[in-house]
Amino acid sequence: MNGESLYPRLEPLLAQVQKPIQYVGGELNAQVKAWDDVAVRWALMYPDAYEVGLPNQGLMILYEVLNERPDALAERTYAVWPDLAALMREAGVGQFTVDLHRAVRDFDVLGVSFATELGYTNLLEALDLAGVPLHAVDRDETHPVVVAGGHAAFNPEPVADFVDCAVLGDGEQVVGDVTDVVAAWKEQGRPGGRVELLARLARVDGVYVPRFYAVSYAPDGAIAAVTRTRDDVPARVGKRTVMDLDEWPYPKTPLVPLAESVHERMSVEIFRGCTRGCRFCQAGMITRPVRERTITGIGSMVDQGLRATGYEEVGLLSLSSADHSEIGQVAKELADRYEGTNTGLSLPSTRVDAFNVTLANELSRNGRRSGLTFAPEGGSERIRRVINKTVSKEDLVRTVTTAYANGWQQVKLYFMCGLPTETDEDVLEIAELAVEVIRAGREASGRRDIRCTVSIGGFVPKPHTPFQWAGQAGADTIDHRLRVLRQAINADRRIGRSIGLRYHDGKPGVVEGLLSRGDRRVGRVIERVWREGGRFDGWSEHFSYERWTAAAAAELAPLGVDLDWYTTRERGQDEVLPWDHLDSGLDKEWLWDDWQDALREEEVADCRWTPCYDCGVCPTNGTEIQTGPTGRSLLPLTVVR
Amino acid sequence: MARQPEGPPPPPAVQKLRLRYAKRGPLRFASHRDLARALERALRRARVPMAFSAGFSPHPKISYVGAAPTGAASEAEYVEIGLTERCDPEAVRAALDASLPPGVDVLECVEALAPGSLADRIDAAVWRVELPGVAPAELAAAVEALLAAEQVTVAKRTKNGLRDVDARPAVAGASAGGEAGCAILHMVVRQVTPAVRPDDVLAALAAVAGLRPPSPPRAVREAQGRLDDSGTVADPLGPDRDAGARCQGEPATV
Repeated sequence: MNGESLYPRLEPLLAQVQKPIQYVGGELNAQVKAWDDVAVRWALMYPDAYEVGLPNQGLMILYEVLNERPDALAERTYAVWPDLAALMREAGVGQFTVDLHRAVRDFDVLGVSFATELGYTNLLEALDLAGVPLHAVDRDETHPVVVAGGHAAFNPEPVADFVDCAVLGDGEQVVGDVTDVVAAWKEQGRPGGRVELLARLARVDGVYVPRFYAVSYAPDGAIAAVTRTRDDVPARVGKRTVMDLDEWPYPKTPLVPLAESVHERMSVEIFRGCTRGCRFCQAGMITRPVRERTITGIGSMVDQGLRATGYEEVGLLSLSSADHSEIGQVAKELADRYEGTNTGLSLPSTRVDAFNVTLANELSRNGRRSGLTFAPEGGSERIRRVINKTVSKEDLVRTVTTAYANGWQQVKLYFMCGLPTETDEDVLEIAELAVEVIRAGREASGRRDIRCTVSIGGFVPKPHTPFQWAGQAGADTIDHRLRVLRQAINADRRIGRSIGLRYHDGKPGVVEGLLSRGDRRVGRVIERVWREGGRFDGWSEHFSYERWTAAAAAELAPLGVDLDWYTTRERGQDEVLPWDHLDSGLDKEWLWDDWQDALREEEVADCRWTPCYDCGVCPTNGTEIQTGPTGRSLLPLTVVR
Repeated sequence: MARQPEGPPPPPAVQKLRLRYAKRGPLRFASHRDLARALERALRRARVPMAFSAGFSPHPKISYVGAAPTGAASEAEYVEIGLTERCDPEAVRAALDASLPPGVDVLECVEALAPGSLADRIDAAVWRVELPGVAPAELAAAVEALLAAEQVTVAKRTKNGLRDVDARPAVAGASAGGEAGCAILHMVVRQVTPAVRPDDVLAALAAVAGLRPPSPPRAVREAQGRLDDSGTVADPLGPDRDAGARCQGEPATV
């Protein structure tokens, strides 16, 4: 029977696996709805382990938005670790939701949120465990419609064979539109079968149905053209943008797991979008324009969320939180509200700016000042001009020193290596910077136990950014630069022992690069890797570079392309990019000009404070920047404790 | 000079409450850490006026007594909390129960009034273990063999790898029951160091009689307390309840 619980058959298996709690659900604020009361049932998947997927804001938002509809229900499912997956196959238990342990196979829609491309093999594993054919063309009208969303869905071509649709942009409204279409089609008796349903979905703004677009290739291996195969679907698919965040105060009741998760705190999104223009940053490019939640909107979400969860820490989340037009007041007034309540407030990693130290001080007024994180991203002033994240070395050292002087014991600095035009010298400046920061910090704070942690990873060029044409640095280059950086940091032990270096080697970045800028041909590589046991590619203990390179060589050679062609090769201006028919609103010519500016080390200012530089997003989507200040303020809460 | 929290130290605990709670159904798969986190959050949501330790990372005053292992259900988990204001124990029980996820159920709450710590009142547990696929007679024979043995060495997984432990002395009593297709093991196990858990007793049954259940057994801790000479386990909240009954004349505050 559809919608039946698999739990009785799952339970004996759980006694034999690691961390069984992650599979039983029962989270605080989880929602239970009757299967037969609704027209459309969604299974929402985050294709990684429960501990990573549960805190995901996007999934939590859609879970609430869908469950608020009387005609829909949504349950959640996460990637199953190999120990349980093996037992499930043996016992014939399918991929299940954690809410009521219903079979994913029974749902109308399987929505999968891809924050990173490294979740693709986990999608295939979940489909296979669910008993849903891997290839979209093999599914019939009894199978769920597989919908990809999240940032990676802005180039879903590598998984085009496995998903039925991809949704571009903000999900809050489009999930409702998809629900309406599915409900109407079911109500009418499923006319035209699955193809008709997909054709109707393809006409929903922001929904891309890959099977209605044909890709042809030129002799040199590049794409010749992407053409639609029906004239009732759009030639280019645009993205969805939610305006007025105060009208979407989700999640209202965040899920609180029993199991430990990667974020033991509640998050409130204080604005969406970013126009700083960091050229490496896909999130900043595809989520434009900036839309702020107002100070009062933030205040009520923090209040309601804390009451609903019992969390003791609140993160004020966004792509660059200190840029909120009312952030100073938000920080002060929230700190006032929660003073003396053991409630902690925090900002995620921030730009290097002395103002951010002031903000962090305010939020930690009477709490521990353990760690503060800044993201200069580039090691030298030159490379920071290339990536358009300009901060002078003096300002950087001064800011970090101020943090130490204000009682912060540890400062974490995020960097990337392998950026376009980068040389060893650019990366070696990170070591100089860290040494200087420790020296100045010891002097300013009068303490010797301060620490600086340098965290560095390889840069992966992403679609819809000015660096989408760039050649990615190979794993050898990345590993070489990390090696010389480590040697430079360790050169002077008296300082070096106060500096920590955390890094990721270059290999996973190459695979991420293949999946990020790949086209439909890369789907074969993903499938082969999965068939050979590839799962959880974001986890170093499961990731196998050799499996990926071997699969890429075997599958791509007959097509006349290879791994380097997708990763280290620089693209020309006229090349048809696999995602050109997917419209983030950014004007391709503007992106190209910005890429050329990057190579000339020219900066571009933030359009929030300077005139529009015509990136194209607002006019294309009919949107506009929504920022304050509103002039409002937060009143003290009547009952805080 | 390291920063210190400003202002006066946190208010002291003026009342101690002792709670018995159950973990049931799917939540038997919760670990002790999972439950501790859930309990602390529930105390905040229920707005119980918890006492906190001093310093930059104040911790609520909660002490846990011998948590049941991950995978085992329990009807008798105990915890003690310190409050900065006097509260009605039943009101705290109800508020906390409402704030916890279904499956973690707060069953009793009494004020700590009698002398002696909670831990001192617990040295044994009563277990009921369902063994699907095992015939009651087969279990009965195995139990008999176990009780007849003087020593049964089992390999126990510890932080430092496998270690041989004699499981027999911890088993104060055991009997078999159940119906066709599902035997039920009832036993009283002493809390010793290193701990002997239901899994270890099952390993002992395998060692002495070759009992190997075809599917994973389901254990429930039914009670905890002090084991007396007659083999019964006393209610650890009993002394506090008795002391409370003796001073009923005292005005109640909420």
